[in-house]
Amino acid sequence: MAIRYSQTVMDHFTNPRNVGEMPDPDGVGEVGNPACGDIMTFYIKVSDNVITDVKFKTFGCGAAIAVSSMISEMAIGKTLEEALKITNKQVAEQLEGLPQTKMHCSNLGADALHAAISSYRKAKETKSGPEKVVAAEHEDEGGEHKEGSCHCPHCDIETPADIPYCQGCGHELKK
Amino acid sequence: MNRIYMDHVAGTPLLPEALDAMLPFLREKFGNPSSIHGFGEEAETAVTEARESVAALINADPDEIVFTSCGTESNNAAFKGVPWANKPKGNHIVTTPIEHFSIMHSIKALERDGFDVTQVPVDEYALVNPADVEKAITDRTVLVSVQLANPEVGTIEPVAEIAEICRRKKVAFHTDAVDAAGIIPVDVKALQVDLLSLSANMFYGPKGAAALFIRKGTKISPLLDGGIQERGKRAGTENVPAIVGLGVAAEAAAREMAARVAHLEKLSTRLRDGLVEKIPHLLVFGKPGLRLPGNVSVGARFIEGESVLLFMDMAGIAIASGSACISRSLKVSHVMLAMGVAHGEANGSLLFSLGKDKKEAEVDAAIRELAPIVQRLRDMSPLYKKKTT
Repeated sequence: MAIRYSQTVMDHFTNPRNVGEMPDPDGVGEVGNPACGDIMTFYIKVSDNVITDVKFKTFGCGAAIAVSSMISEMAIGKTLEEALKITNKQVAEQLEGLPQTKMHCSNLGADALHAAISSYRKAKETKSGPEKVVAAEHEDEGGEHKEGSCHCPHCDIETPADIPYCQGCGHELKK
Repeated sequence: MNRIYMDHVAGTPLLPEALDAMLPFLREKFGNPSSIHGFGEEAETAVTEARESVAALINADPDEIVFTSCGTESNNAAFKGVPWANKPKGNHIVTTPIEHFSIMHSIKALERDGFDVTQVPVDEYALVNPADVEKAITDRTVLVSVQLANPEVGTIEPVAEIAEICRRKKVAFHTDAVDAAGIIPVDVKALQVDLLSLSANMFYGPKGAAALFIRKGTKISPLLDGGIQERGKRAGTENVPAIVGLGVAAEAAAREMAARVAHLEKLSTRLRDGLVEKIPHLLVFGKPGLRLPGNVSVGARFIEGESVLLFMDMAGIAIASGSACISRSLKVSHVMLAMGVAHGEANGSLLFSLGKDKKEAEVDAAIRELAPIVQRLRDMSPLYKKKTT
């Protein structure tokens, strides 16, 4: 399957911004696991309620790396409240779109940033150094059964409702 | 940019002599082999000749060869057709967890129809133990299906031993040889298999032509209902140009087999050794000494395969991976999981499948390009902690 990414995605994938770690971050968030194919770790620096710097490290596909890079750019200079309002949809839009099967990568990126912010807030509350917050993973979407047919979220195809798996990819579809 | 193709398990370039032989059947020799006039006769003669060439490639009789449209169709025809025809005898099928999707997804269809399917395990090399197959066979088993060689890791399965067990237990045995036939020597008389799938596009024939070997006396129901082409075993007008191409490719494969295998083994050893030398933390998949000659399957730890493939593609080198991010289903390779490879490491799997026309310089270029790409992605990965030396 040819993977067709937008020029912006390819730009952020080949020249990712803000890659790396931070020696003394104010918040650290992580999401994903190797099983699903993506892990993103975000480090933030916060000053006067504003995110002044972001670094990230990502294990994942081209989309995952591009999403991480884009979110790091979007977050810098924003207040914590503004950064928490960054949605997956906005990230995908800024990247000039993502293939259907890669939309979940944009979820992960926003979740990792939000986890870093809650890590910062917890540290502030307890007046201690920041501890890494690991964002809860999204439930497997399973499949959505509509009248007479069933939609597979992975392939974006419809299969007859009486078949318990996607005819496109074999993914088990929950009733 | 000079592009380097190293994805021959996905498909091979067409032999020029196969194309030359096909062209008249796309132009003036357009007849239908079922017609009794001269146009039909010249088409039928060409199909008959192709049948003889394919039979010779695997040491079968020509009337044991049924032409199909692709490897998937051959596998579906065998894996569903034999159980359908043997319903009075039983409803149990034995196979493995490393089969092609055309078998894996057929399992679910058969289960819906009331069949029970047992998948025997494989070891860390994706090798099936014939004793496990023997144990899995019951008095209700009507078919055993085990692939001849695995395209993802290259391991060649002990098909002759499994066939011997099936013969003794009087159970039909099918092998998916799509990744082996035309590439390594395959002899259905020596292997004693009852059914065998092969596909032209794996050995420099065209897409759209494949075959199923069905040993005389094997009970099988057809997948398609229609005319009595292929002696009633596969209805539908024959894809004459593609079948002609398949015949030429089969002849060439038989003729050049030894030289191709020797060349591929030399190249893949060079590639495997070079990658291991240049890239630390590299897993090597497949059973040493028992692999397809052109198959180099490795796992780059701490990174994900799709991002490697994108960078390699920018460098003009086409390879494959079993990463979840690449599959339409976003699922990691079922072969890797069956072998017990951890999810994260399976996501970093990289498959180089070489072909007869590859050169040492191309192998060296692949090694040269891959090493810095892997390092670049590792430097970006939270799983990789750079070792201080």
